Amino acid sequence: MFKCNATIVTMLKASMKSKVFIYDSSAKQNLMLNELRQIWRYRDLVFFLVRRDLTARYKRSILGVAWTMLNPLGMMVILSIVFSQVFRVKIEGYPAFVLSGLLCWNFFSQVSSAIIYSLVWGGDLYNRIYLPRSAFAISAIGTGLVNIVLSLVPLVLVMIVIHVPIKLTILLVPLVMFLLALFTLGVGLLISTIGIYFTDIVEMYGIVLMAWMYITPVIYPLDILPDKIRQLIQFNPMVYIVDLFRMLVFYGIFPSAQTWIIGAIVSVGAFLVGWYIFTGKSNEFAYRT
Amino acid sequence: MNLPTALNSNNIIALANIGDNDSVVILENVTVRYRVPKEQVRTFKEYAIRRIKGEINHVEFLALNDVSLNIMRGEVFGLIGPNGAGKTTLLRLVAQVMRPTQGRVIVVGRVAPLLAMGAGFHPELTGRENVFLNGALLGYTRRQIEERFEWIVDFAEMWDFIDTPLRTYSSGMMARLGFAVATAVMPDVLIVDEVLSVGDIAFQEKSAARIHEFREAGATILLVSHSMDAVKKMCNRAAWLDHGKIRALGPADEVVEGFEEYMIIQTI
Repeated sequence: MFKCNATIVTMLKASMKSKVFIYDSSAKQNLMLNELRQIWRYRDLVFFLVRRDLTARYKRSILGVAWTMLNPLGMMVILSIVFSQVFRVKIEGYPAFVLSGLLCWNFFSQVSSAIIYSLVWGGDLYNRIYLPRSAFAISAIGTGLVNIVLSLVPLVLVMIVIHVPIKLTILLVPLVMFLLALFTLGVGLLISTIGIYFTDIVEMYGIVLMAWMYITPVIYPLDILPDKIRQLIQFNPMVYIVDLFRMLVFYGIFPSAQTWIIGAIVSVGAFLVGWYIFTGKSNEFAYRT
Repeated sequence: MNLPTALNSNNIIALANIGDNDSVVILENVTVRYRVPKEQVRTFKEYAIRRIKGEINHVEFLALNDVSLNIMRGEVFGLIGPNGAGKTTLLRLVAQVMRPTQGRVIVVGRVAPLLAMGAGFHPELTGRENVFLNGALLGYTRRQIEERFEWIVDFAEMWDFIDTPLRTYSSGMMARLGFAVATAVMPDVLIVDEVLSVGDIAFQEKSAARIHEFREAGATILLVSHSMDAVKKMCNRAAWLDHGKIRALGPADEVVEGFEEYMIIQTI
Protein backbone atom coordinates (compact mmCIF):
# COMPACT_ATOMS: atom_id res chain seq x y z
CA MET A 1 0.00 0.00 0.00
CA PHE A 2 2.81 2.37 0.87
CA LYS A 3 4.47 2.16 -2.51
CA CYS A 4 1.23 2.78 -4.29
CA ASN A 5 0.47 5.87 -2.23
CA ALA A 6 3.94 7.27 -2.66
CA THR A 7 3.70 6.99 -6.41
CA ILE A 8 0.32 8.66 -6.41
CA VAL A 9 1.80 11.54 -4.46
CA THR A 10 4.61 12.03 -6.96
CA MET A 11 2.08 11.86 -9.74
CA LEU A 12 -0.10 14.47 -8.08
CA LYS A 13 2.84 16.76 -7.59
CA ALA A 14 4.03 16.42 -11.17
CA SER A 15 0.61 17.21 -12.52
CA MET A 16 0.19 20.19 -10.26
CA LYS A 17 3.24 21.76 -11.82
CA SER A 18 1.78 21.34 -15.27
CA LYS A 19 -1.55 22.81 -14.07
CA VAL A 20 -3.57 19.76 -14.93
CA PHE A 21 -6.72 19.47 -12.90
CA ILE A 22 -6.71 16.40 -10.70
CA TYR A 23 -9.80 14.96 -9.18
CA ASP A 24 -9.29 12.88 -6.07
CA SER A 25 -12.47 11.48 -4.55
CA SER A 26 -10.89 11.07 -1.13
CA ALA A 27 -9.29 14.51 -0.92
CA LYS A 28 -10.33 16.20 2.30
CA GLN A 29 -12.00 19.44 1.52
CA ASN A 30 -14.22 22.03 3.02
CA LEU A 31 -17.51 21.28 1.29
CA MET A 32 -18.96 24.75 1.81
CA LEU A 33 -15.96 26.54 0.37
CA ASN A 34 -15.46 24.02 -2.38
CA GLU A 35 -18.99 24.52 -3.68
CA LEU A 36 -18.37 28.28 -3.71
CA ARG A 37 -15.19 27.75 -5.68
CA GLN A 38 -16.99 25.53 -8.17
CA ILE A 39 -19.75 28.09 -8.60
CA TRP A 40 -17.13 30.69 -9.42
CA ARG A 41 -15.60 28.33 -11.96
CA TYR A 42 -19.02 27.79 -13.51
CA ARG A 43 -20.09 31.44 -13.39
CA ASP A 44 -20.59 31.51 -17.16
CA LEU A 45 -23.06 28.67 -16.79
CA VAL A 46 -25.04 30.65 -14.23
CA PHE A 47 -25.17 33.54 -16.67
CA PHE A 48 -26.39 31.36 -19.54
CA LEU A 49 -29.00 29.72 -17.32
CA VAL A 50 -30.39 33.10 -16.30
CA ARG A 51 -30.49 34.15 -19.95
CA ARG A 52 -32.22 30.91 -20.88
CA ASP A 53 -34.90 31.37 -18.22
CA LEU A 54 -35.57 34.93 -19.26
CA THR A 55 -35.63 34.39 -23.01
CA ALA A 56 -37.37 31.03 -23.01
CA ARG A 57 -40.17 32.26 -20.81
CA TYR A 58 -41.21 35.12 -23.01
CA LYS A 59 -40.12 34.09 -26.47
CA ARG A 60 -43.49 33.01 -27.78
CA SER A 61 -45.62 35.58 -25.99
CA ILE A 62 -46.55 38.78 -27.75
CA LEU A 63 -45.97 41.12 -24.84
CA GLY A 64 -42.73 39.39 -23.91
CA VAL A 65 -40.82 40.73 -20.95
CA ALA A 66 -43.64 43.18 -20.24
CA TRP A 67 -45.37 40.32 -18.44
CA THR A 68 -42.80 40.59 -15.67
CA MET A 69 -44.22 44.02 -14.95
CA LEU A 70 -47.85 43.33 -15.83
CA ASN A 71 -48.24 40.35 -13.52
CA PRO A 72 -47.70 42.16 -10.21
CA LEU A 73 -49.69 45.11 -11.57
CA GLY A 74 -52.64 42.83 -12.21
CA MET A 75 -52.43 41.43 -8.70
CA MET A 76 -52.16 44.95 -7.32
CA VAL A 77 -55.35 46.03 -9.10
CA ILE A 78 -57.29 43.01 -7.83
CA LEU A 79 -56.08 43.37 -4.25
CA SER A 80 -56.70 47.10 -4.26
CA ILE A 81 -60.30 46.57 -5.35
CA VAL A 82 -60.87 43.77 -2.85
CA PHE A 83 -59.42 45.70 0.04
CA SER A 84 -61.00 49.06 -0.66
CA GLN A 85 -64.41 47.80 -1.79
CA VAL A 86 -64.92 44.56 0.15
CA PHE A 87 -62.95 44.94 3.37
CA ARG A 88 -63.01 48.75 3.29
CA VAL A 89 -59.46 49.07 4.56
CA LYS A 90 -58.22 52.64 4.35
CA ILE A 91 -54.50 52.94 3.79
CA GLU A 92 -52.94 55.95 2.14
CA GLY A 93 -51.60 54.86 -1.26
CA TYR A 94 -52.68 51.26 -0.83
CA PRO A 95 -51.88 50.17 -4.45
CA ALA A 96 -48.21 51.16 -4.00
CA PHE A 97 -48.21 49.70 -0.50
CA VAL A 98 -49.42 46.31 -1.65
CA LEU A 99 -47.28 46.31 -4.79
CA SER A 100 -44.08 46.92 -2.84
CA GLY A 101 -44.94 44.00 -0.55
CA LEU A 102 -45.90 41.77 -3.45
CA LEU A 103 -42.61 42.29 -5.30
CA CYS A 104 -40.73 41.12 -2.25
CA TRP A 105 -43.02 38.20 -1.57
CA ASN A 106 -43.21 37.05 -5.19
CA PHE A 107 -39.45 36.96 -5.35
CA PHE A 108 -39.29 34.78 -2.28
CA SER A 109 -42.09 32.35 -3.19
CA GLN A 110 -41.29 32.02 -6.90
CA VAL A 111 -37.52 31.71 -6.56
CA SER A 112 -37.57 29.29 -3.62
CA SER A 113 -40.09 27.10 -5.48
CA ALA A 114 -37.96 27.20 -8.63
CA ILE A 115 -34.89 26.15 -6.65
CA ILE A 116 -36.71 23.23 -5.06
CA TYR A 117 -38.18 22.13 -8.37
CA SER A 118 -34.86 22.16 -10.20
CA LEU A 119 -32.94 20.37 -7.46
CA VAL A 120 -35.50 17.72 -6.57
CA TRP A 121 -36.78 16.94 -10.08
CA GLY A 122 -33.79 17.89 -12.19
CA GLY A 123 -31.79 14.82 -11.18
CA ASP A 124 -31.17 13.33 -14.58
CA LEU A 125 -28.60 15.89 -15.61
CA TYR A 126 -26.65 15.55 -12.39
CA ASN A 127 -26.39 11.81 -13.01
CA ARG A 128 -24.69 12.29 -16.32
CA ILE A 129 -22.29 15.17 -15.94
CA TYR A 130 -20.58 16.94 -13.11
CA LEU A 131 -22.06 20.31 -12.25
CA PRO A 132 -21.96 22.25 -9.05
CA ARG A 133 -25.44 21.39 -7.86
CA SER A 134 -26.07 24.85 -6.56
CA ALA A 135 -25.65 26.33 -10.07
CA PHE A 136 -29.36 26.00 -10.80
CA ALA A 137 -30.26 27.53 -7.44
CA ILE A 138 -27.95 30.50 -7.98
CA SER A 139 -29.29 31.02 -11.49
CA ALA A 140 -32.87 31.00 -10.15
CA ILE A 141 -31.80 33.78 -7.80
CA GLY A 142 -30.29 35.64 -10.75
CA THR A 143 -33.50 35.35 -12.77
CA GLY A 144 -35.53 36.52 -9.78
CA LEU A 145 -33.28 39.53 -9.29
CA VAL A 146 -33.66 40.59 -12.91
CA ASN A 147 -37.43 40.28 -12.57
CA ILE A 148 -37.67 42.25 -9.34
CA VAL A 149 -35.49 45.05 -10.74
CA LEU A 150 -37.70 45.22 -13.82
CA SER A 151 -40.77 45.33 -11.59
CA LEU A 152 -39.48 48.42 -9.86
CA VAL A 153 -40.40 50.35 -13.01
CA PRO A 154 -44.17 49.81 -12.70
CA LEU A 155 -43.91 50.36 -8.94
CA VAL A 156 -42.38 53.78 -9.42
CA LEU A 157 -44.96 54.60 -12.09
CA VAL A 158 -47.80 53.63 -9.77
CA MET A 159 -46.28 55.79 -7.03
CA ILE A 160 -46.12 58.76 -9.37
CA VAL A 161 -49.69 58.26 -10.55
CA ILE A 162 -51.18 58.00 -7.05
CA HIS A 163 -48.95 60.78 -5.68
CA VAL A 164 -46.81 58.80 -3.26
CA PRO A 165 -43.59 60.80 -2.90
CA ILE A 166 -40.45 59.03 -4.12
CA LYS A 167 -37.58 59.49 -1.70
CA LEU A 168 -33.86 58.93 -2.15
CA THR A 169 -34.00 55.98 0.25
CA ILE A 170 -35.09 53.92 -2.75
CA LEU A 171 -31.43 53.91 -3.81
CA LEU A 172 -30.67 51.60 -0.89
CA VAL A 173 -33.03 48.95 -2.20
CA PRO A 174 -30.24 46.77 -3.70
CA LEU A 175 -29.09 46.11 -0.13
CA VAL A 176 -32.47 44.65 0.83
CA MET A 177 -32.60 42.68 -2.40
CA PHE A 178 -29.27 41.16 -1.47
CA LEU A 179 -30.59 40.11 1.94
CA LEU A 180 -33.78 38.80 0.34
CA ALA A 181 -31.71 36.76 -2.13
CA LEU A 182 -29.59 35.24 0.66
CA PHE A 183 -32.65 34.32 2.68
CA THR A 184 -34.44 32.80 -0.31
CA LEU A 185 -31.37 30.79 -1.34
CA GLY A 186 -30.99 29.45 2.18
CA VAL A 187 -34.62 28.38 2.48
CA GLY A 188 -34.63 26.91 -1.04
CA LEU A 189 -31.51 24.82 -0.46
CA LEU A 190 -32.72 23.62 2.92
CA ILE A 191 -36.12 22.48 1.63
CA SER A 192 -34.49 20.88 -1.44
CA THR A 193 -32.16 18.83 0.71
CA ILE A 194 -35.07 17.50 2.73
CA GLY A 195 -37.10 17.10 -0.47
CA ILE A 196 -34.53 14.74 -1.95
CA TYR A 197 -35.15 12.38 0.95
CA PHE A 198 -38.87 13.00 1.31
CA THR A 199 -40.70 14.20 -1.75
CA ASP A 200 -43.76 15.04 0.33
CA ILE A 201 -42.03 18.10 1.67
CA VAL A 202 -42.12 19.60 -1.80
CA GLU A 203 -45.89 19.26 -2.03
CA MET A 204 -46.28 20.54 1.48
CA TYR A 205 -44.16 23.59 0.71
CA GLY A 206 -46.82 25.00 -1.60
CA ILE A 207 -49.33 25.06 1.23
CA VAL A 208 -46.77 26.39 3.70
CA LEU A 209 -46.02 29.26 1.31
CA MET A 210 -49.67 30.25 1.19
CA ALA A 211 -49.98 30.30 4.98
CA TRP A 212 -46.64 32.06 5.23
CA MET A 213 -47.85 34.86 2.99
CA TYR A 214 -50.78 35.54 5.30
CA ILE A 215 -48.59 35.76 8.38
CA THR A 216 -46.36 38.23 6.55
CA PRO A 217 -47.59 41.80 6.17
CA VAL A 218 -47.68 41.67 2.39
CA ILE A 219 -51.23 42.75 1.65
CA TYR A 220 -52.02 44.37 5.01
CA PRO A 221 -50.01 46.57 7.37
CA LEU A 222 -48.58 45.05 10.51
CA ASP A 223 -50.42 47.43 12.84
CA ILE A 224 -53.94 46.25 11.98
CA LEU A 225 -53.15 42.98 13.76
CA PRO A 226 -54.06 42.46 17.43
CA ASP A 227 -51.08 42.67 19.79
CA LYS A 228 -51.13 38.99 20.60
CA ILE A 229 -50.67 37.93 16.99
CA ARG A 230 -48.12 40.65 16.36
CA GLN A 231 -45.95 39.24 19.08
CA LEU A 232 -46.06 35.83 17.46
CA ILE A 233 -45.41 37.21 14.02
CA GLN A 234 -42.10 38.71 15.05
CA PHE A 235 -40.64 35.22 14.75
CA ASN A 236 -41.36 35.26 11.04
CA PRO A 237 -38.11 36.33 9.31
CA MET A 238 -39.90 37.57 6.20
CA VAL A 239 -41.54 40.32 8.30
CA TYR A 240 -38.23 42.13 8.62
CA ILE A 241 -37.26 41.78 4.98
CA VAL A 242 -40.61 42.99 3.67
CA ASP A 243 -40.48 45.77 6.24
CA LEU A 244 -37.04 46.95 5.15
CA PHE A 245 -38.05 46.90 1.50
CA ARG A 246 -41.26 48.78 2.09
CA MET A 247 -39.72 51.43 4.33
CA LEU A 248 -37.10 52.26 1.71
CA VAL A 249 -39.45 52.24 -1.27
CA PHE A 250 -42.93 53.12 -0.07
CA TYR A 251 -42.54 55.09 3.16
CA GLY A 252 -39.25 56.68 2.15
CA ILE A 253 -37.79 56.41 5.64
CA PHE A 254 -34.47 54.99 6.68
CA PRO A 255 -35.12 51.81 8.73
CA SER A 256 -33.78 51.67 12.26
CA ALA A 257 -30.46 50.00 12.95
CA GLN A 258 -32.33 47.29 14.83
CA THR A 259 -34.41 46.33 11.77
CA TRP A 260 -31.31 46.25 9.60
CA ILE A 261 -29.43 44.06 12.05
CA ILE A 262 -32.27 41.58 12.51
CA GLY A 263 -32.80 41.45 8.75
CA ALA A 264 -29.11 40.84 8.12
CA ILE A 265 -28.78 38.15 10.81
CA VAL A 266 -31.88 36.33 9.58
CA SER A 267 -30.75 36.38 5.94
CA VAL A 268 -27.11 35.50 6.44
CA GLY A 269 -28.13 32.87 9.00
CA ALA A 270 -30.64 31.23 6.64
CA PHE A 271 -28.07 31.23 3.87
CA LEU A 272 -25.34 29.68 6.01
CA VAL A 273 -27.63 26.97 7.40
CA GLY A 274 -29.02 26.13 3.95
CA TRP A 275 -25.60 26.14 2.30
CA TYR A 276 -24.06 24.05 5.07
CA ILE A 277 -26.75 21.37 5.02
CA PHE A 278 -26.99 21.30 1.25
CA THR A 279 -23.28 21.02 0.56
CA GLY A 280 -22.84 18.56 3.40
CA LYS A 281 -25.40 16.19 1.92
CA SER A 282 -24.76 16.77 -1.76
CA ASN A 283 -22.39 13.81 -2.09
CA GLU A 284 -25.22 11.54 -1.03
CA PHE A 285 -27.67 12.86 -3.60
CA ALA A 286 -26.20 10.69 -6.34
CA TYR A 287 -27.10 7.63 -4.28
CA ARG A 288 -30.68 8.79 -3.96
CA THR A 289 -31.74 9.17 -7.54
CA MET B 1 0.36 -3.74 -1.58
CA ASN B 2 -3.23 -4.61 -1.25
CA LEU B 3 -3.94 -6.29 -4.54
CA PRO B 4 -7.54 -7.10 -5.29
CA THR B 5 -8.34 -10.66 -6.18
CA ALA B 6 -9.56 -10.22 -9.70
CA LEU B 7 -6.35 -8.86 -11.12
CA ASN B 8 -4.06 -10.62 -13.51
CA SER B 9 -0.45 -9.95 -14.37
CA ASN B 10 -1.35 -7.22 -16.77
CA ASN B 11 -2.60 -5.01 -14.01
CA ILE B 12 0.44 -5.43 -11.86
CA ILE B 13 2.50 -4.04 -14.71
CA ALA B 14 0.01 -1.21 -14.87
CA LEU B 15 0.42 -0.42 -11.19
CA ALA B 16 4.16 -0.36 -11.56
CA ASN B 17 3.79 2.28 -14.21
CA ILE B 18 2.25 4.88 -11.93
CA GLY B 19 5.71 6.18 -11.24
CA ASP B 20 5.98 7.24 -14.85
CA ASN B 21 2.97 9.53 -14.32
CA ASP B 22 1.10 7.61 -16.95
CA SER B 23 -2.06 6.68 -15.13
CA VAL B 24 -4.99 8.87 -15.99
CA VAL B 25 -7.75 7.07 -14.17
CA ILE B 26 -7.05 5.19 -10.97
CA LEU B 27 -9.60 3.23 -8.97
CA GLU B 28 -8.29 1.99 -5.65
CA ASN B 29 -10.39 -0.66 -3.90
CA VAL B 30 -13.55 1.09 -4.92
CA THR B 31 -16.85 0.00 -3.50
CA VAL B 32 -20.20 1.59 -4.24
CA ARG B 33 -22.96 0.48 -1.98
CA TYR B 34 -26.51 1.54 -2.61
CA ARG B 35 -28.94 1.10 0.22
CA VAL B 36 -32.15 0.17 -1.42
CA PRO B 37 -35.22 0.05 0.78
CA LYS B 38 -37.04 -3.24 0.38
CA GLU B 39 -40.18 -1.35 -0.37
CA GLN B 40 -40.05 2.14 -1.72
CA VAL B 41 -40.75 4.52 1.15
CA ARG B 42 -40.87 7.99 -0.25
CA THR B 43 -43.44 9.69 1.88
CA PHE B 44 -42.62 11.19 5.19
CA LYS B 45 -45.65 9.77 6.96
CA GLU B 46 -44.93 6.25 5.83
CA TYR B 47 -41.31 6.62 6.88
CA ALA B 48 -42.25 7.89 10.32
CA ILE B 49 -44.71 5.06 10.91
CA ARG B 50 -42.28 2.41 9.80
CA ARG B 51 -39.43 3.95 11.69
CA ILE B 52 -41.38 3.70 14.91
CA LYS B 53 -42.38 0.14 14.15
CA GLY B 54 -38.79 -0.64 13.24
CA GLU B 55 -39.82 -1.81 9.82
CA ILE B 56 -37.32 0.03 7.68
CA ASN B 57 -35.57 -2.77 5.86
CA HIS B 58 -32.73 -1.97 3.58
CA VAL B 59 -31.13 -4.27 1.10
CA GLU B 60 -27.52 -3.49 0.54
CA PHE B 61 -26.69 -3.59 -3.09
CA LEU B 62 -23.06 -3.54 -4.13
CA ALA B 63 -22.86 -1.89 -7.53
CA LEU B 64 -19.07 -2.11 -7.36
CA ASN B 65 -17.27 -4.41 -4.99
CA ASP B 66 -13.63 -3.66 -4.22
CA VAL B 67 -12.65 -2.78 -7.75
CA SER B 68 -9.15 -1.60 -8.58
CA LEU B 69 -8.25 -0.40 -12.00
CA ASN B 70 -5.61 1.67 -13.74
CA ILE B 71 -6.17 3.27 -17.08
CA MET B 72 -3.15 4.63 -18.87
CA ARG B 73 -2.78 7.81 -20.85
CA GLY B 74 -3.64 7.32 -24.50
CA GLU B 75 -5.31 4.01 -23.93
CA VAL B 76 -8.67 3.00 -25.38
CA PHE B 77 -10.17 1.01 -22.58
CA GLY B 78 -13.31 -1.08 -22.99
CA LEU B 79 -15.81 -1.98 -20.31
CA ILE B 80 -18.00 -4.98 -20.96
CA GLY B 81 -20.42 -7.02 -18.96
CA PRO B 82 -24.09 -7.85 -18.66
CA ASN B 83 -26.68 -5.30 -17.59
CA GLY B 84 -26.40 -4.39 -13.94
CA ALA B 85 -22.74 -5.37 -13.75
CA GLY B 86 -21.71 -1.93 -12.56
CA LYS B 87 -20.53 -0.38 -15.81
CA THR B 88 -22.65 2.73 -15.51
CA THR B 89 -21.72 3.19 -11.87
CA LEU B 90 -18.05 3.00 -12.82
CA LEU B 91 -18.57 5.64 -15.49
CA ARG B 92 -20.36 7.86 -13.01
CA LEU B 93 -17.42 7.62 -10.66
CA VAL B 94 -14.99 8.61 -13.39
CA ALA B 95 -17.30 11.40 -14.55
CA GLN B 96 -17.24 12.67 -10.93
CA VAL B 97 -20.97 12.54 -10.68
CA MET B 98 -20.76 10.40 -7.57
CA ARG B 99 -18.17 9.49 -4.99
CA PRO B 100 -17.41 5.92 -3.98
CA THR B 101 -18.74 4.58 -0.70
CA GLN B 102 -15.28 3.23 0.00
CA GLY B 103 -12.00 3.50 -1.80
CA ARG B 104 -10.53 6.18 -3.92
CA VAL B 105 -10.96 7.49 -7.43
CA ILE B 106 -8.36 9.67 -9.06
CA VAL B 107 -8.79 11.25 -12.45
CA VAL B 108 -6.11 13.38 -14.03
CA GLY B 109 -7.31 16.10 -16.33
CA ARG B 110 -10.64 17.06 -17.82
CA VAL B 111 -13.28 14.40 -18.37
CA ALA B 112 -15.77 14.75 -21.19
CA PRO B 113 -18.67 12.36 -20.85
CA LEU B 114 -20.36 11.71 -24.17
CA LEU B 115 -23.32 10.66 -22.04
CA ALA B 116 -24.72 14.11 -21.92
CA MET B 117 -24.84 15.17 -25.52
CA GLY B 118 -27.39 17.91 -25.87
CA ALA B 119 -27.85 18.15 -22.12
CA GLY B 120 -30.01 21.09 -21.20
CA PHE B 121 -31.03 21.82 -24.78
CA HIS B 122 -34.03 24.09 -24.70
CA PRO B 123 -36.52 23.96 -27.60
CA GLU B 124 -37.34 27.67 -27.53
CA LEU B 125 -33.76 28.86 -27.77
CA THR B 126 -31.88 29.13 -31.05
CA GLY B 127 -29.13 26.73 -32.01
CA ARG B 128 -26.58 29.40 -31.22
CA GLU B 129 -27.96 30.06 -27.73
CA ASN B 130 -28.12 26.34 -27.07
CA VAL B 131 -24.50 25.87 -28.08
CA PHE B 132 -23.46 28.35 -25.41
CA LEU B 133 -25.73 26.90 -22.74
CA ASN B 134 -24.78 23.30 -23.46
CA GLY B 135 -21.11 24.21 -23.62
CA ALA B 136 -21.31 25.92 -20.25
CA LEU B 137 -23.02 22.85 -18.78
CA LEU B 138 -20.09 20.77 -19.98
CA GLY B 139 -17.75 23.09 -18.13
CA TYR B 140 -16.46 25.28 -20.94
CA THR B 141 -16.01 28.96 -20.28
CA ARG B 142 -17.79 31.46 -22.46
CA ARG B 143 -14.48 32.32 -24.07
CA GLN B 144 -13.72 28.72 -24.98
CA ILE B 145 -17.12 28.42 -26.64
CA GLU B 146 -16.63 31.65 -28.57
CA GLU B 147 -13.27 30.39 -29.81
CA ARG B 148 -14.69 27.06 -30.90
CA PHE B 149 -18.03 28.30 -32.16
CA GLU B 150 -17.14 28.31 -35.85
CA TRP B 151 -15.70 24.85 -35.59
CA ILE B 152 -18.82 23.55 -33.82
CA VAL B 153 -21.20 24.86 -36.45
CA ASP B 154 -18.93 23.69 -39.27
CA PHE B 155 -18.66 20.23 -37.81
CA ALA B 156 -22.39 19.93 -37.19
CA GLU B 157 -23.06 21.34 -40.68
CA MET B 158 -25.56 23.72 -39.21
CA TRP B 159 -24.87 27.18 -40.62
CA ASP B 160 -28.30 27.45 -42.28
CA PHE B 161 -30.22 26.80 -39.06
CA ILE B 162 -28.03 28.11 -36.28
CA ASP B 163 -30.31 31.07 -35.56
CA THR B 164 -33.63 29.25 -35.68
CA PRO B 165 -35.24 27.79 -32.55
CA LEU B 166 -34.23 24.28 -31.66
CA ARG B 167 -37.82 23.04 -31.79
CA THR B 168 -37.62 23.24 -35.58
CA TYR B 169 -34.65 20.86 -35.69
CA SER B 170 -34.84 17.19 -36.57
CA SER B 171 -33.53 14.76 -33.95
CA GLY B 172 -30.52 14.06 -36.14
CA MET B 173 -29.67 17.75 -36.27
CA MET B 174 -29.89 18.03 -32.50
CA ALA B 175 -27.66 15.00 -32.06
CA ARG B 176 -25.11 16.46 -34.46
CA LEU B 177 -25.04 19.75 -32.65
CA GLY B 178 -24.77 17.98 -29.29
CA PHE B 179 -21.89 15.84 -30.47
CA ALA B 180 -20.07 18.84 -31.91
CA VAL B 181 -20.33 20.79 -28.65
CA ALA B 182 -19.28 17.79 -26.55
CA THR B 183 -16.17 17.20 -28.63
CA ALA B 184 -15.26 20.81 -29.38
CA VAL B 185 -12.44 20.90 -26.87
CA MET B 186 -10.14 17.93 -26.52
CA PRO B 187 -10.56 16.27 -23.14
CA ASP B 188 -7.97 14.23 -21.29
CA VAL B 189 -10.46 11.46 -20.73
CA LEU B 190 -13.39 10.81 -23.04
CA ILE B 191 -16.22 8.62 -21.84
CA VAL B 192 -18.23 6.97 -24.57
CA ASP B 193 -21.32 5.00 -23.63
CA GLU B 194 -22.41 2.58 -26.35
CA VAL B 195 -21.24 2.76 -29.91
CA LEU B 196 -21.89 6.12 -31.42
CA SER B 197 -25.01 6.25 -33.42
CA VAL B 198 -25.37 9.91 -34.06
CA GLY B 199 -27.16 11.14 -37.15
CA ASP B 200 -26.85 9.50 -40.57
CA ILE B 201 -24.07 7.22 -41.77
CA ALA B 202 -21.95 10.06 -43.08
CA PHE B 203 -22.05 11.79 -39.72
CA GLN B 204 -21.38 8.56 -37.88
CA GLU B 205 -18.17 8.21 -39.82
CA LYS B 206 -17.34 11.80 -39.14
CA SER B 207 -17.85 11.39 -35.40
CA ALA B 208 -15.83 8.18 -35.34
CA ALA B 209 -13.06 10.08 -37.11
CA ARG B 210 -13.26 12.80 -34.48
CA ILE B 211 -12.81 10.29 -31.69
CA HIS B 212 -9.93 8.79 -33.61
CA GLU B 213 -8.36 12.25 -33.74
CA PHE B 214 -8.57 12.51 -29.96
CA ARG B 215 -6.94 9.13 -29.67
CA GLU B 216 -4.11 10.14 -31.95
CA ALA B 217 -3.62 13.30 -29.94
CA GLY B 218 -3.19 11.27 -26.77
CA ALA B 219 -6.59 11.39 -25.11
CA THR B 220 -7.70 8.44 -23.06
CA ILE B 221 -10.94 6.84 -24.08
CA LEU B 222 -13.22 4.82 -21.88
CA LEU B 223 -15.73 2.90 -23.96
CA VAL B 224 -18.75 1.04 -22.67
CA SER B 225 -20.41 -1.15 -25.19
CA HIS B 226 -22.51 -4.20 -25.77
CA SER B 227 -21.01 -4.58 -29.20
CA MET B 228 -18.15 -7.03 -28.80
CA ASP B 229 -16.86 -6.31 -32.28
CA ALA B 230 -16.52 -2.61 -31.51
CA VAL B 231 -14.61 -3.34 -28.32
CA LYS B 232 -12.29 -5.77 -30.08
CA LYS B 233 -11.70 -3.37 -32.91
CA MET B 234 -11.19 -0.16 -30.95
CA CYS B 235 -9.79 -1.04 -27.53
CA ASN B 236 -6.31 -1.90 -26.36
CA ARG B 237 -7.46 -3.31 -23.09
CA ALA B 238 -10.79 -4.20 -21.59
CA ALA B 239 -12.33 -5.13 -18.29
CA TRP B 240 -15.20 -7.55 -17.87
CA LEU B 241 -17.42 -6.54 -15.02
CA ASP B 242 -19.78 -8.98 -13.40
CA HIS B 243 -21.85 -8.27 -10.31
CA GLY B 244 -19.66 -5.37 -9.35
CA LYS B 245 -16.40 -7.24 -9.61
CA ILE B 246 -13.77 -7.38 -12.29
CA ARG B 247 -13.89 -10.85 -13.73
CA ALA B 248 -11.19 -10.41 -16.29
CA LEU B 249 -8.85 -7.65 -17.27
CA GLY B 250 -6.36 -7.61 -20.09
CA PRO B 251 -5.98 -7.28 -23.84
CA ALA B 252 -9.35 -6.49 -25.33
CA ASP B 253 -9.67 -9.51 -27.62
CA GLU B 254 -8.82 -11.97 -24.83
CA VAL B 255 -11.31 -10.44 -22.42
CA VAL B 256 -14.01 -10.31 -25.07
CA GLU B 257 -13.43 -13.95 -26.03
CA GLY B 258 -13.61 -15.00 -22.40
CA PHE B 259 -16.85 -13.08 -21.98
CA GLU B 260 -18.37 -14.50 -25.15
CA GLU B 261 -17.50 -18.08 -24.19
CA TYR B 262 -19.04 -17.52 -20.78
CA MET B 263 -22.21 -16.07 -22.28
CA ILE B 264 -22.57 -19.04 -24.63
CA ILE B 265 -22.28 -21.47 -21.73
CA GLN B 266 -24.85 -19.44 -19.83
CA THR B 267 -27.39 -19.52 -22.63
CA ILE B 268 -27.00 -23.26 -23.16
